[in-house]
Amino acid sequence: MGMTVAQKILARACGLASVAVGDVVEPTVDLAMSHENTALVINQFGDVFAGTGLTPRVWDPSKIAVIFDHRVPAESAKTATNQKKVREFAAAQGITKFHDVRGDTGGICHQVLAEEGYDRPGYVIVGADSHTTSHGALGALAFGVGATEMASVWTLGVAVNIQVPATIKVVVNGRFHDHVTPKDLILNLIGTLTAEGANFKVIEFHGDAIRNMPTSGRLVLCNMSVEAGATSGIVPADEETVRYLREEAGVTDPLDLVQPDPDAAYDRVIEVDVSTLEPQIACPHTVDNVKGIGAVAGTKVHQIVIGSCTNGRIDDLEVASGRLKGRKIAQGVRMLVFPASWKIYKEAMTRGYIMNLIEAGAVVMNPGCGCCLGVHEGALGETALSTTNRNFKGRMGNATGAVYLCSPAVAAASAITGVITDPRQEA
Amino acid sequence: MAKVVYKTGDDVSTDTIYPGRFMATVLPIETPQFCFADDKAFNAALQRKEVAPGSVLVGGQNFGCGSSREQAASTLKGHGLVVVARGFARIFLQNSCNLGLRTIICPTIDAEAGDELELGATAVRNVTKGREFPIVPLPPARQAIIDAGGLIAYTRRRLVEPASRQARV
Repeated sequence: MGMTVAQKILARACGLASVAVGDVVEPTVDLAMSHENTALVINQFGDVFAGTGLTPRVWDPSKIAVIFDHRVPAESAKTATNQKKVREFAAAQGITKFHDVRGDTGGICHQVLAEEGYDRPGYVIVGADSHTTSHGALGALAFGVGATEMASVWTLGVAVNIQVPATIKVVVNGRFHDHVTPKDLILNLIGTLTAEGANFKVIEFHGDAIRNMPTSGRLVLCNMSVEAGATSGIVPADEETVRYLREEAGVTDPLDLVQPDPDAAYDRVIEVDVSTLEPQIACPHTVDNVKGIGAVAGTKVHQIVIGSCTNGRIDDLEVASGRLKGRKIAQGVRMLVFPASWKIYKEAMTRGYIMNLIEAGAVVMNPGCGCCLGVHEGALGETALSTTNRNFKGRMGNATGAVYLCSPAVAAASAITGVITDPRQEA
Repeated sequence: MAKVVYKTGDDVSTDTIYPGRFMATVLPIETPQFCFADDKAFNAALQRKEVAPGSVLVGGQNFGCGSSREQAASTLKGHGLVVVARGFARIFLQNSCNLGLRTIICPTIDAEAGDELELGATAVRNVTKGREFPIVPLPPARQAIIDAGGLIAYTRRRLVEPASRQARV
C-alpha cells in the first residue's frame, strides 16, 4: 500500500521504510517554533530538568525558532518581563533563529518561517501555535503543540508518541472568478467539513487550482486547515514551492519534493470546483458557520480588519489598496491593517499601498498578531468583518462583539459601504 | 460520585475556556483565576471555591477547539475539574494528557448540571437519570503519557534513562 505525504515524511523522520495510519511513532523534529509563549515553554523545560542534576540545554539550538508577534511591542509589564526572559534564554542557548521586536526583520511567526526560508518540503515542523499548519504550504508536515510538548521537543529532539494520522484528499479544480480567492475556498471547505471534520487527520491538497496557486494562497489554505480540526494541511511540493523558496526566501540547499504514492490510501476524497464558488463569509461564532455572501450582504459592520498570518501578505494589501486608492472608508467604520511581516510592510510602502490605505482612513499597525486574538490592540466593541482566521465568541477581546470572517476583497469593498458587500458588485 | 457543575454545547473553543487577553499569564499555578472568565457567574463560583475538586464539566463535540494555548487545560486542572465530553479537539486532548487534566471521551453522554455521575473504567453512569454511557479509551499514545505521570515526568525519565525508550507504547 502506498503512502500519503504525511506518512512519507513521518517514515523518513523515524528512519523507517514505511509507516501505517494508526502506528505510534517518534519523528525527529526539523524545526521547532514558538512565540511569546516561549516564556511558558522555558518554565516547563526547566521542570523537565529539575532534580536531574543536569544543566538545561536544548537539543539543537539551530532547529529552534523564536519569534515575538503576539504582543509587539509589549502591551504590559507582564509581557515585557516574559519577553526579557525569552530574550535572555535565546542568547544563553545560542538560538539564532530569534526574531525580536524590530523593523528590519520579523513579523508574524508563520510568515517569518516561510519568508526567511526556515521551512522546507519534507520537514517535520512543530509549533506552539495552532496555525503552525500554515507550513504545509511548502510541503512540510507541520502541526501545533502545547508549550509542555514543545519543552519535551526541546529536550529530546523528537515528538513523542505521535499517532500516524489518516489523510483527507481535497482535489480542487477550475478557475477562480475575479474577486474570489483562496480564502473563499478554505472557508467553503471548512463549512463542508465542519469544525471537527478533519480532527486528528491531515488534509492534502491537489488539483489544477492548487498547482496554479501561488504560495501566498497555499499558505491561506494550510493556515486555516486547523479550523476544520486538521492536524496539518499539506500542498505537495512542486515547481512553485521551489520558485518561492529559491526566489523569495533565498534557499539554496537541495529540496526534497515529497510526493504521495499513486496508490496512497485516503480517508476520504473531496472534489471542489472553484469555477462555481462565490465569496464566502464565516458568521459568528464558529468558523464552520459559512454562508455565501448573498445571505449576509447588507449586515452593518463597525471594524474592518485586514491582516494576520492568514491574509496579511502583499497580494492581500494590493487588493485592499487597489479598491481604496483615492476613496474613503465609510463614516462610523474603523479599518485596521496589520501586515504579516516587516518585509511585506516595507514592500507595501514602496508600492504606495500603505499611503493609499491611510489616505482612505485606515489605521496601519505594526506587523504582529494585532487584534486577531484580542490580546494587544484593536479590541472589538461591536461587529467586525475580518480577514483573520477565527470568530469565536470573545476572540477579539470582547465576548459581546461579533466577528465575521472574509477575504481581503470582501473586507475592502465593505469598508467603503459600511455593510457586508459583495466585491463583484461594489464599483 | 461526581457532580456535574457545568455543561457546554459543541465546539467550545479555548478562547471561551481561557480568553486570549489573559495569555500573558503563563505559569500553571496562576491560570485558574481566568477559567471561563467571560462566564462571570461560573468564574465567580470557581474563584470562591464553591466547586468541589473532582466535579465534572460536561462538554459536547470538539471540546477545546482552536488555539493551542495550554492554559486552557491548566486552568481546568487547577480547579480539579474532570471533563467528560462527546469529543475533544486534538491539541486540547494532547495538552490535557500532558498536564494531567482528566478527560473522558463519552460520545453519547447525556447529563445536566446538578446530575450525579459515576465515572467508571468503561462507562459513565448518570445516577440521576439512571442511564449509562460507554467510554472510548484514550488513544494509546496519550495513555502512555498519562501512565508516566504527565509529559514532564515522561520526558525527564527519557532524559536521564535513554534506555527507557523501549518502555514506550
